[in-house]
Amino acid sequence: MAEAETLDQGLRIKTEVRASDPHAGTGQVAIELREVNLSYGDNHVLHNISMDIGEKMVTAFIGPSGCGKSTLLRCLNRMNDLIDNTTITGSIRVKGADIYAPKADVIEVRRRIGMVFQKSNPFPKSIYENVVYGLRIAGVKDKPVLDEAAEQSLRAAALWDEVKDRLDESGLSLSGGQQQRLCIARAIAVEPEIVLMDEPCSALDPIATVKIEELMYGLKEHYTIVIVTHNLQQAARVSDKTAFFWLGRLVEYEPTSAMFTNPREKLTEDYITGRFG
Amino acid sequence: MSTVTAETPSADATRPKLGRPVRTGDGWVWFTGSALGLCLLMISGLIGVVLVNGLGFFWPQPLVKVTLKDGSVFLGQVVGREPIPQPGTPEHNKRHRLQLKVGNRDLLGFDFKWIDDDQIVSQDQPPDVAYVERREYGPLLGTPARLTDAGRVVAEGSEQVWVAVKPYLARAHRDRKAQRRIEREEIGEINYRIEQARLGLRRLELEQARRPGADVAARRAELERRIAEQQERYRVKQEELQKLVEATSQSFLVVRTADGQEKELRTLDIFRAFRPNRLTVWGRLRVYGSRLLEFVTGDPRESNTEGGIFPAIFGTVMMVFLMSLFAVPFGVLAALYLREYARQGALVRIVRIAVNNLAGVPSIVFGVFGLGFFVYVVGGAVDRTLYREALPTPTFGTGGILWASLTLALLTVPVVIVAAEEALAAVPRSMREASLAAGATKWQTIQRVVLPAAAPGILTGLILAMARGAGEVAPLMITGVVKLAPDLPLDRFFPFLHLDRKFMHLGFHIYDVGFQSPNVEAAKPMVYTTTILLLAIVVLLNLTAIIVRNRLRRKYQTSAF
Repeated sequence: MAEAETLDQGLRIKTEVRASDPHAGTGQVAIELREVNLSYGDNHVLHNISMDIGEKMVTAFIGPSGCGKSTLLRCLNRMNDLIDNTTITGSIRVKGADIYAPKADVIEVRRRIGMVFQKSNPFPKSIYENVVYGLRIAGVKDKPVLDEAAEQSLRAAALWDEVKDRLDESGLSLSGGQQQRLCIARAIAVEPEIVLMDEPCSALDPIATVKIEELMYGLKEHYTIVIVTHNLQQAARVSDKTAFFWLGRLVEYEPTSAMFTNPREKLTEDYITGRFG
Repeated sequence: MSTVTAETPSADATRPKLGRPVRTGDGWVWFTGSALGLCLLMISGLIGVVLVNGLGFFWPQPLVKVTLKDGSVFLGQVVGREPIPQPGTPEHNKRHRLQLKVGNRDLLGFDFKWIDDDQIVSQDQPPDVAYVERREYGPLLGTPARLTDAGRVVAEGSEQVWVAVKPYLARAHRDRKAQRRIEREEIGEINYRIEQARLGLRRLELEQARRPGADVAARRAELERRIAEQQERYRVKQEELQKLVEATSQSFLVVRTADGQEKELRTLDIFRAFRPNRLTVWGRLRVYGSRLLEFVTGDPRESNTEGGIFPAIFGTVMMVFLMSLFAVPFGVLAALYLREYARQGALVRIVRIAVNNLAGVPSIVFGVFGLGFFVYVVGGAVDRTLYREALPTPTFGTGGILWASLTLALLTVPVVIVAAEEALAAVPRSMREASLAAGATKWQTIQRVVLPAAAPGILTGLILAMARGAGEVAPLMITGVVKLAPDLPLDRFFPFLHLDRKFMHLGFHIYDVGFQSPNVEAAKPMVYTTTILLLAIVVLLNLTAIIVRNRLRRKYQTSAF
């Protein structure tokens, strides 16, 4: 009974969303993963992941804890470089360019692929400085350019109206949900092509969560979004395609509506109906 | 057992029998609390002893006139009273004696006199006796008898002399200042210029030796002309000084001591005179304030046992400042490499242990290293390349404030490294990731996010380093601290900052005055007062750093989320 309800509820919400957005994406491939394997030392975390992530749409990674979805996400902008003893094989191409090629510029990769983290992590600087951080380190000094970018990004992150009068206050003075939107503004201020979100709402209350989700509908017009989430309803609500991972393997990767109504794999069904995980 | 509550019989049976205070934890509170209490007691005891003995020194105490059975009379301040040590006799601890600071060392040959209680016939406090602080031989104690000016008696009798001498003392103060200005500044400048020209001549000689054909005659003549010109100025100034001294050496104060001798004293040599037995509380406070001010702002007199210790204060602060300037950037860079760039492994762990152990090396070892490496090797090389003309007189090849600061920086850099490493490690990973994900390079992340967030912790390292550095004496003794260095390392002659100069230091001053002084008993109060000042400076430096740190902490507080 309870499982059926969960599924039902998920689908109902999903249906509403789909109705407002029938043709997601441009049909282009933004990220192409081929045979990606990753190990931390002797620990083999990702096994032969191959998938294409569509441009200007929301792709959700779901799966139980420890299934490797966050690790895969962090592969996409080479954040795993920071962890010693990590070995990655296979290829990840963003717009055709292999980001793990020896000649690839990791700084450029990260500028093109922004990231929002699970825990909001604004710098202990003013709201303004937080947003323009990426531009400043890229060497932008022109005040009007910075001002313009700050306003644009804050508007895009639906935070402008709340903070426009106190841009000089510390980013840490904001509430949890505002901080997370500030982090989104910071990520999009450098105009990346792709925004990675690692469980962006897991530490937020429901109202703040709704705001971030609404934000994502708007953002996907301009950005390719990949989101890792533990919240199946959230995946159903916001994503166009969903990938289900289990023990480091990609089990199923389908349009969200298909996966939540008619999963191909038994494992997927068990997971989304709450039988495990 | 039957009285124990029924709910937990098993727990009670297995639990060892403990008294209530242990079981509830009250006992531990008292045990740990008393350890802290003991520490606080010892610290406050030490500070109390130093404060009472040190600050009490400037308080003008009454002068007591003591007449003895054999007819001799002594005038002085009662410094102490103790039982006469006679072990084994029945009177043990029954008889006492007084210690009297009698001054008048030039007349009596001693400063302090022990007087047995049973020798004393009478004690009183004559109202008109004066305590005269002068240039040499410690204080002069006695009754003012006469004031003469240019051989003519201006005033006679204690009261009249006291009134008449006031303007003379004020004038003496002005004259000393004028003299000092001529000696230290004007003649100092002339000496400086002569020395520069002399070094110029020496440079010409060296140049000629290298290139025998070089024509240096014109330049040599110019330099010689300059020397002659300065020497003429020097002669004029000397005459001026001579005249000033003569003009101000005409007036004399005659003081009659308790044993009836008369001592004639140039008013020029009198630094301060007061009649302690006549002073009101306000008057005492004024004498106290003026002595304290002289102590903090004046130069030392009488082989450091009198006068002020300003050069030592200045030297200490400047050395700590220079030391921080070397130790902090160096330590922070080393910590950055260890924490941010180095591959964490066995080697880094060994380096870390080595750094920690370095902090425990006896400071004298650092001193010896500083002398051998900085002074002789580096300083010697600097002299051979940059100061050839001054050789064989060493410029940097001898102890100086630069080498002392560098030696202390070496001593304190492990403290900074350890603190900075901890501060860097405490910067949350999420903050670094946020910066890197925005497209920052590692160095940009360190510079803009990690270092600001770690700044309060790094400042804690600086505070620890300063506290250690300011109190260190042993390595300084062989790398640049001296007993007396009236020329500060900072003055108005180019290049203003003289890093090659030797300097005075409060810690060394304590040692020198307390244990190397010809007159240890008279110098004892100076040990206390200097200790107070050293403590005050350390506290002040630390407070400044703590305030800065707290400010940074407020600014860079990490998320309260």
